[in-house]
Amino acid sequence: MNVLVYLIPMAVGLGLIGLFGFMWALKSGQYTDMDGAALRVLSDDDLPPEQRETSK
Amino acid sequence: MTDTALDLSLYAKPCGDNTLGMDLAVEGVHCGGCIARIEHAVKELPGVTEARLNFTNRRLHVAWADDQIKPAEILQTLERIGYHGYPFVPQRAEEEEAAEARRLTRYLAVAGFAAMNIMLLSVSVWAGSDMTPSTRDFFHWASALLALPAAAYAGQPFFISAFKALRARSLNMDVPITVGLSLALGMSLVETARHAPDAYFDSAMMLLFFLLLGRTLDHAMRRKTRAVAGNLAALKADTARRFMGGELVSVPVAALRPDDRVLVRPGERVPADGVVVSGTSEIDESLITGETMRRQVDSSAKVYAGSLNYSGALTLRVTAAGQDSLIDEIERLLEKAASAKSHTRRLADRAARIYAPMVHLTAALTGIGWWLAGASVHDAVVTAIAVLIITCPCALSLAIPAVQVVASGALFRNNVILNAGDAIERLAEADTIIFDKTGTLTLPEPRVINAAEVDPALLQTAARLALSSRHPLAMALAREAESAAPFEGAVEEPGQGVRAMVDGIEARLGSADFCGLPPVTALRADTSLIMFSHDGRSAAFAVSQQLRPDAVEVTKALAARGYDLRILSGDRNEAVAPVARALGIARWQGALTPAGKISEIEALKNEGRRVLMVGDGLNDAPSLAAAHVSLSPIAAADLTQAQADAVFLGERLAPVAEALKVARRARTLMTQNLGLAAVYNGIAVPVAIAGLVTPLLAAVAMSCSSMMVTLNSLRARGGGRA
Repeated sequence: MNVLVYLIPMAVGLGLIGLFGFMWALKSGQYTDMDGAALRVLSDDDLPPEQRETSK
Repeated sequence: MTDTALDLSLYAKPCGDNTLGMDLAVEGVHCGGCIARIEHAVKELPGVTEARLNFTNRRLHVAWADDQIKPAEILQTLERIGYHGYPFVPQRAEEEEAAEARRLTRYLAVAGFAAMNIMLLSVSVWAGSDMTPSTRDFFHWASALLALPAAAYAGQPFFISAFKALRARSLNMDVPITVGLSLALGMSLVETARHAPDAYFDSAMMLLFFLLLGRTLDHAMRRKTRAVAGNLAALKADTARRFMGGELVSVPVAALRPDDRVLVRPGERVPADGVVVSGTSEIDESLITGETMRRQVDSSAKVYAGSLNYSGALTLRVTAAGQDSLIDEIERLLEKAASAKSHTRRLADRAARIYAPMVHLTAALTGIGWWLAGASVHDAVVTAIAVLIITCPCALSLAIPAVQVVASGALFRNNVILNAGDAIERLAEADTIIFDKTGTLTLPEPRVINAAEVDPALLQTAARLALSSRHPLAMALAREAESAAPFEGAVEEPGQGVRAMVDGIEARLGSADFCGLPPVTALRADTSLIMFSHDGRSAAFAVSQQLRPDAVEVTKALAARGYDLRILSGDRNEAVAPVARALGIARWQGALTPAGKISEIEALKNEGRRVLMVGDGLNDAPSLAAAHVSLSPIAAADLTQAQADAVFLGERLAPVAEALKVARRARTLMTQNLGLAAVYNGIAVPVAIAGLVTPLLAAVAMSCSSMMVTLNSLRARGGGRA
């Protein structure tokens, strides 16, 4: 059962990484425009015009 | 079109080195394509470093290098590609709420993380009957290590609120929550240290997570309606023409200061309270007093913000601007009415006042009872605390907010925006409805009432010509136009009318004299005429206040549902009588002062009635505050809207009836939920008193009761149009 002494802190540590990831996303404003994010993914204006034509 | 001379420096805020930033509420954004089009167009302006459109609240943030462009050019760019932008100053309250929402989300994330990990450990303890005591202790210590810091951090909103309530010597729902949480955690820690088999870290953290979830959802809904209301306020904000050393500059109304001189042209609203310096005109004060008859003003006359200037250009000296813009009498009445209202107590607080002492007493009696019956002090205390944990009012404190969240969503879909948190409860109690007439039962803008009697071709020519005029009567006629294209070369003669060449022949719209027609008088006192002549043919258009399109249906339906309907208006009796007759409302009064309206409402309240006041005028603001609950159309004066418990959008009156229906259903569900919570306690408390509660049972019972209440609340959704 001694293995639990490593395993449980490791599991909690992995959870903490997720928690900090969420906090970072929240802080950097990724949750301020939930509807817009869903639509922005469809726009391809981050590509130069030539590539935009071929990708259609 | 936006003036190039428009001075928007008030809205531009410095952000970073040499950079200015501005927020705009954008109208007409529908799809993902709009986002790209708007951001592209604005970014192409010289000096613009950032343009980001928030699609959720329809707001555009622009940042640009100072002195490269004028802010007005951004508005023009938006208009060129077919959108309207309105400068927007984020309200302090809205910023505070945004910060509060971020804080709540962080608490929720921490509580969720801790609850899930502790549950993982607890399930192992419950399932592992062959677990050695030392392993179980290790699991409990790990749970404690997660639970204590997480609860100290994420429980703050409850601890602070409970502390405040106790300091004010009152009780709210957060007091039993705080007591239950801290005792559950404290006891679990002691039990863990004593190597005992039971610890309640899981129940405590799950409880905290559920409670925070309810609070976060409630907050999100309120923020959403607040953002819509904020955008509408920005859309309504007008500009004023201010004299600056002999030159006229357009400035936002918010930038006006006392002693500024402003020019108000015919067809414009007076931007701020002031005194006429020069010019004569007729003004329509229906937004302020409800009176539809126009008032003649000339030098040294006082005019109030929101009045509509009809005939001539006026120069005003501003006496009060922005927030101060208020009639003293109304302000005084408002204060009195608002202080009388704070007596109504919210259902949740009433429940808390009964519940909290009862639970704490039961727990104490349980402990004493067990001790007297011969149990050890430790066992007696553990049983007492178990009672507190199992009764920790999770279901009870979700019972009302959960319904409120769902019901305010249903109201939002029915074009009703809530201002006050407890408006739903109070709406459900209303039994008497008082309507104001002007702008509430009638449409806020006058309409042409004889359009059907005029030859359609002639009507269309007249209406297209009317598009070129700013006169209120012409603007009413312009609403009948099918085409939005004005005639080229139309000329407006101030105080006379507008003329243009149509098919080579001059068409004229305006006074009878201007059109070369014999003078005519209107048939009814509340009707104004506007004349039109073209190619030997002529027409007289009668313009008047008109009822909202569904006013008759809605009032009939409300009366059929047992509401007592009345009209209290500041307008003349002759103008109120036909409206009351058309709607079949027997009890009405006209020519009332704001104080008169209040005394009517007070009289009804003394009869034991719960009064819903629906009104829009500045004269209605005190009555809205005095009534049990109040509604206001979106076209209402700003101050009035601020007093109303809820605001409804659009031309129709139906949202009023819908709001009442949703509120009644919501109230039924709240009562049901309180009942469910009571049933849960009725079953769980005896089990706890008997000392039979295990951590597993506590966790299961508490989540089941919370789920049941939440699922029941979802039924408040029904009936709303999606």
